[in-house]
Amino acid sequence: MASHATHVHTPPSGFIRKYIFSMDHKVIGIQYYFLALFSVFVGMTLSVLMRFHMVYPDAKVGFFETLWPTGAPGGVMTPELYLSLMTMHGTIMVFFVLTTAPQGGFGNYFLPIQIGAEDMAFPFLNMLSFWTTFVALMVLMAAFFVQGGAPLGGWTAYAPLSALGEIAGPGQGKGMNLWIISIALFCGASLMGAINFISTLIDLRVPGMTLMRMPLTCWAWFVTAILSLLGFAVLLAAGVLLLMDRMVGTSFFLPAGLVVNDQILNHKGGSPLLWQHLFWFFGHPEVYIAILPGMGLASNILSVFARKTIFGYRAMVYAILGIGFLGFVVWGHHMFISGMNPYTAIAFSVMTMAIGVPSAIKTFNWIGTLWGAQIRLTTAMLFALGFVSLFVSGGISGIFLGQPGLDLYLHDTYFVVGHFHMIMGVAAIFGMFAGTFFWFPKASGRMMNETLGKIHFYATFIGVYAIFTPMHVLGIIGNPRRYADYKEFEFMGPAMSVHTFMTYAAIFTAAVQIIFVINLIWSMMKGAKAPDNPWEATSLEWSIPSPPPFDNFGGKHLTVHHGPYEYGVPGKAKDYVMQIDPE
Amino acid sequence: MALSETLQGPPPTSVEASGWGGDPGKQRRASITGVYVLFAAITMLFAAFTSAMVVRRGLGDDWTGFPLPGILWVSTAFILLSSVALELAQRALIHSAKDGRQQFARLWSLGTLLGLLFLGSQYMAWRQLQAAGVYVSSSPGSSFFYLLTVAHAVHVLGGVAALLYIEAQALLLQLGPAKRTAVEVCRLYWHFLAGLWVYLILVLKIWG
Repeated sequence: MASHATHVHTPPSGFIRKYIFSMDHKVIGIQYYFLALFSVFVGMTLSVLMRFHMVYPDAKVGFFETLWPTGAPGGVMTPELYLSLMTMHGTIMVFFVLTTAPQGGFGNYFLPIQIGAEDMAFPFLNMLSFWTTFVALMVLMAAFFVQGGAPLGGWTAYAPLSALGEIAGPGQGKGMNLWIISIALFCGASLMGAINFISTLIDLRVPGMTLMRMPLTCWAWFVTAILSLLGFAVLLAAGVLLLMDRMVGTSFFLPAGLVVNDQILNHKGGSPLLWQHLFWFFGHPEVYIAILPGMGLASNILSVFARKTIFGYRAMVYAILGIGFLGFVVWGHHMFISGMNPYTAIAFSVMTMAIGVPSAIKTFNWIGTLWGAQIRLTTAMLFALGFVSLFVSGGISGIFLGQPGLDLYLHDTYFVVGHFHMIMGVAAIFGMFAGTFFWFPKASGRMMNETLGKIHFYATFIGVYAIFTPMHVLGIIGNPRRYADYKEFEFMGPAMSVHTFMTYAAIFTAAVQIIFVINLIWSMMKGAKAPDNPWEATSLEWSIPSPPPFDNFGGKHLTVHHGPYEYGVPGKAKDYVMQIDPE
Repeated sequence: MALSETLQGPPPTSVEASGWGGDPGKQRRASITGVYVLFAAITMLFAAFTSAMVVRRGLGDDWTGFPLPGILWVSTAFILLSSVALELAQRALIHSAKDGRQQFARLWSLGTLLGLLFLGSQYMAWRQLQAAGVYVSSSPGSSFFYLLTVAHAVHVLGGVAALLYIEAQALLLQLGPAKRTAVEVCRLYWHFLAGLWVYLILVLKIWG
């Protein structure tokens, strides 16, 4: 039967085909995970450097000059270098961590297994998608090493300064070109990934795995893939237009009469707002691309360790779909201060508020799942609870920012920095930690150390709240964001002690991540052997050996008989029913 | 009982034995789904370009139109005829039991040739415009003209590569049932590109 022979692959024997250019979804998932792990450490290091500069702007640090001879002459960081660190921090974290690990990492590894498939629908495309992401990351990192250094425009690369070239600042020349090329490659990789996820989920489910029997993780990955598909295509279009403005002299985003650094530019008729519309049409769904897999994971893990079925499964599914849909009609709330017509702003505001409804449904259902439960407080469960906490804390400040009147004041302050780090940054990262502790036994065949895991959880949980809660207060007193230092602002004097506190909290939080790395590496080598189903969970990945065989199911043809969350079932020997159990 | 308890011995050496849960048709369905999902992505890409064009046209007073090169209508004919040829080729493959394959190969070659002619006439159109002094940065209208036609041509180039692949398989007489899915996917993709071109030429005619 050649129709499946065209894509079915035998287990490769050579090292390169097995571990590097592998087409096995499990290996590709792990590759994505480690790419994101590398990226998160780069991004975190950049954030610590930024925090350091903010409170010690005049400090002379020898290795700054070694690393960036022109960006830190005499070891003192220039504002341009600060902005380039900020840009790279944001870009690396948003694209190569938040978009990569939850979907490319966990999704690649577990989506096929959870629906009973032997692999993704298009294994070659899957491999291509990972390696394109890898090249995109390398291109982005190369921006540090070109003349002028990394770009300065933030992860949003706002026009017109991003469309002008070197005239707009040192990193806006070659560095910005590399940024655009990297993001365009990343868009291509994400589109390939999305095609694979959607086709796999629609067509490769085993008999009995109806849509409403899928674990909520699968729903989250599915909707995330749809958002990626529709969002990244638009970002790719925006990137092409931006590159054309820079390279071939078009004027899509550049208005007439622009004077930059005392030079009159020969462009006319374009609109910087056009970039904002295109960017945020992608940018807002991107927030959900980052957070939805975490929501799916949290739902899954809460149910497993509460030993209760998820409260309101269908409502959870509809909430994911609702968030996915609404995510495409609210981009304007990122542009309230762009001079938008107030009536348009109200429309975007109402839509934004509407997202509160599915979000609240999810939160309510998480609490409902926990209500009266015999909770098993594993590290995975702690991180899932941490996710819920951070999602609520970060989400509530979103309700403030969704009001145009309040946003006019808060938009360019640290309030926004605190908001998006809570909800999009650390909440999603807590989802990744939860996923790591939950699935590590399955992927590696070994258990992670729970004691180290719990120390890491509590330290990180306290740490991230210590960093990001004060930012909201600073925002309310008018602390502007994207500034390299506040030496010139008298009113900021009393607030600097808060900045100092946040910097120490950031250094502490970054430092305790070493516990996680030690735990990860130690457990891979020396962790206790994991049984097939250490958490007594029901979905398909727990019915196969740890680690799974090459084709996941050992050639067996499964049939699914149960929903994914049948816990606490009365009258049974065990308190759970596996999805494949015939009765 | 956990499935792993029933698994004995080393893992199998190939998933071929299981063949997607014993249902080889799954791969075909996934391929068709995949190509439709790809259409959604390409549609979004061109929707973004088009909406940028509509917005940009409404801004300022610097939008100057230019007459579209007449050869674009020849291009349109090429890609539409090419689509028809591929459709007939696919039908020949499915319905004609005896000479189906030969007829398929002839029609597919014709479709591929027309696809290449489409790219050739697009190139001619760009050369004609350049000769008339209309470059990519000459005016916003010309910027969008080149953007849309080149972006479409890039997709056509991918399509032509796929058509040539099928062509080679047909010539090597390796067009077994396994390749029928590839034929189907190529045909769908090509129809989509033809439809996209009709949309683009109308957009350029009306708003360009």
